[in-house]
Amino acid sequence: MSTIAQTQKRGFAGTVWEYLTTVDHKKIAILYLIAGGFFFLIGGIEAMMIRIQLAVPNNDFVSAGLFNEIITMHGTTMIFLAAMPLLFAFMNAVMPLQIGARDVAFPFINALGFWLFFFGGLFLNLSWFLGGAPDAGWTSYASLSLASEGHGIDFYVLGLQISGFGTLMGGINFLVTIINMRAPGMTYMRMPLFTWTTFVASALILFAFPPLTVGLFMMMFDRMFGSGFFDVAMGGNTIIWEHFFWIFGHPEVYILILPAFGIFSEIFPTFARKRLFGYSSMVFATVLIGFLGFMVWAHHMFTTGMGPIANAIFAVATMAIAVPTGIKIFNWILTIWGGSIQFTVPMIYAISFIPSFVMGGVTGVMQAAAPADYQFHDSYFIVAHFHYVIVGGIVLALLAGCHFYWPLMFGTMLSEKLGKVTFALFFTGFHLTFFIQHFLGLMGMPRRVWTFLPGQGLETGNLISSIGAAFMAAGVIIFLFNVVMTQVKNVQVGKDPWKDGRTLEWAIPSPTPFYNFKQLPLVRGLDAYWIEKLEGKTEMTPAEPVGDIHMPNNSFVPFVISLGLFIAAFGAMYQVDDKAWAIPVLIIGMGVTFGAMLFRSIKDDHGYHIHKEDLLDDADKGGTR
Amino acid sequence: MAAEEKFTPQTWPASPEQATLEGKNKFLGFWFFLGGETVLFASLFATYLALKDSVPSDSHAKAADLFELPLVFLMTMLLLTSSLTSVFAMYHMKNYNFKKMQQWLFITVALGLGFLACEIYEFIHYYHAYEHTFTSSAFGSAFYTLVGFHGGHVIFGLGWIITLMIRNAKRGLNLYNAPKFYLASLYWHFIDVVWVFIFTVVYLMGMVG
Repeated sequence: MSTIAQTQKRGFAGTVWEYLTTVDHKKIAILYLIAGGFFFLIGGIEAMMIRIQLAVPNNDFVSAGLFNEIITMHGTTMIFLAAMPLLFAFMNAVMPLQIGARDVAFPFINALGFWLFFFGGLFLNLSWFLGGAPDAGWTSYASLSLASEGHGIDFYVLGLQISGFGTLMGGINFLVTIINMRAPGMTYMRMPLFTWTTFVASALILFAFPPLTVGLFMMMFDRMFGSGFFDVAMGGNTIIWEHFFWIFGHPEVYILILPAFGIFSEIFPTFARKRLFGYSSMVFATVLIGFLGFMVWAHHMFTTGMGPIANAIFAVATMAIAVPTGIKIFNWILTIWGGSIQFTVPMIYAISFIPSFVMGGVTGVMQAAAPADYQFHDSYFIVAHFHYVIVGGIVLALLAGCHFYWPLMFGTMLSEKLGKVTFALFFTGFHLTFFIQHFLGLMGMPRRVWTFLPGQGLETGNLISSIGAAFMAAGVIIFLFNVVMTQVKNVQVGKDPWKDGRTLEWAIPSPTPFYNFKQLPLVRGLDAYWIEKLEGKTEMTPAEPVGDIHMPNNSFVPFVISLGLFIAAFGAMYQVDDKAWAIPVLIIGMGVTFGAMLFRSIKDDHGYHIHKEDLLDDADKGGTR
Repeated sequence: MAAEEKFTPQTWPASPEQATLEGKNKFLGFWFFLGGETVLFASLFATYLALKDSVPSDSHAKAADLFELPLVFLMTMLLLTSSLTSVFAMYHMKNYNFKKMQQWLFITVALGLGFLACEIYEFIHYYHAYEHTFTSSAFGSAFYTLVGFHGGHVIFGLGWIITLMIRNAKRGLNLYNAPKFYLASLYWHFIDVVWVFIFTVVYLMGMVG
């Protein structure tokens, strides 16, 4: 069977094959990082095109129709194909190590989740080359999207459906991993905050994605198979889509922000060199945010006409979320208070996140007041608000996480100097772009408009906003340069590169051995590694003798299952045009998927064992990748 | 390989589906999956209730015109019984009696196929007698989507159980395939529970409402 030596020394083709078939959470994390990063760049280019178009009044840089496609794809790409997979990258890279596990509960399904996401995202973006992208906004309200010509919305529906399955599987996988795979002594109340937020976000995924699945199915049936869910002439109701979209969509923003909170909750104690203030209240606040996140979806629909009672209930529930979020903000501040602070790049991002995110939170509470929301609705005020929470919260967390966890994922350290330049450009650009948009919105500029007229007092604000966007783009380019330079130089930094790592992921050799832990560690409290350090040790206390380790086999099946759905989606889409090949393609694609599932079911896959002797040989070399 | 170890009824563990870590993970993961499925069906029920009897004109049949309780009662009995027989199968699985488990699974599959045949007849009947189709009205779309999703789950469940029965026919039970049988039966129970709600919300409430 496979041995440790076999995993070393591969050619290029061998490496590609390794990544196509891998079930190792650390490699899947890298796949998520690359694919999510790629889509982040595409979404960023779309954002730049929006800001160029809106830089001056009466601009015709892009046509009105193309503008609709760009804003739709910018939102959809950034939420589904950039933010979520990038967070999944960190969840995969860090969470199993933080709880002292050798892998996730379902390595095969982990790979399947990635490939479904990847093919879904690819399908969605192919719309640019195959007759036009979706153009009904990222919310794709039925009354707009059913009237949209061409196949743009079909790409949206099918692409999100495929990638949504992948996300759902990822969520179940993380839940089971955290419940069943914790190392001895790792009780729930000793779990690092990033693990906790992954746990709650996964639970939200489990219950929030099925409504989206149903909504997308109904949209697919309406557009491609002649049903009438949203068609008023057939007795349908267009508001049903809005409800399903937001029953999914509102928990979705917590699915994104909670892991971001988790990343910052790891960074603050590390660089303040103090334990996280109010750990148990942080856990409580995380769970409470997750719970309340399901109670508030209709605040996106205040102007739909639900009536004053429904609006009042959802307004109050929405305001209530500010309480646990406030608990978190104060805990972070008190973690820094009196600490021995190091201003590394991750810490700078973390500290700048607090005021940025609070600003987004404050405008959020403003919108929660339903009467006021009638004024803000569909204006640039809304655009400013959600970019403050998403960029000021999630994107700052992703950049901070990249710097913080880069040594864990790649064994190298991103340049601190370039990181600070990126931060300065990105942070300045972010506030320059979006702060002014609050006022544009209050002055009456509606969101999603293609252009605006001169002489209405909107010129200066829009120009400033576009200049800010250029700053952010420059920051991202320098970040990419930093990544390339770091990997070219390839200076390995070894174990615990920040010197003050507190949790289990910093206690293992670098690069991380593919089996993670030779012996499962004994966890003796919160910040397990820090406890050992306080006693002058550099290693965790093992909880078991060295023994054989069971490992899963690589598999190409996840790729094939996902590819089948990708093929089938083309068939489903083009049968609308009465193309003769469409139905056969649909059947072939589904056949490939179900055939691969059948193959997986029939063929036994017991994995293999790494033998004790090999592990002992390996000990001196510090592990292999 | 520990998972392929041969057992006797005496050495067979009490909960073979959770005797290995893989089994434990599958058990818990599948319950979570069923939680997600519950939300999926809840969404479909909500849609159905919102669009029930919502038709473009009075010439279209409504719920009270369509449904015939004797057929639906037969279907309910078939599916409820099949849930019971799958419990018997799992009882024999836990007692390491492979042959009896296969027999009861076979009966479960037969009952499931009977249910499916009734459902196909029902749909064809609605189409010919009432021109009640997926594309005739929002009510039709919601009805066929809810009941059809359930029917699709029945087909998938049958395919799953049959695959397991054929694949393992010659090698009997071990700790590798015991969780698989257990999860398939759990899935079958879930399908049954959903049908109980369909019977109540769609058919019974359709007759009186």
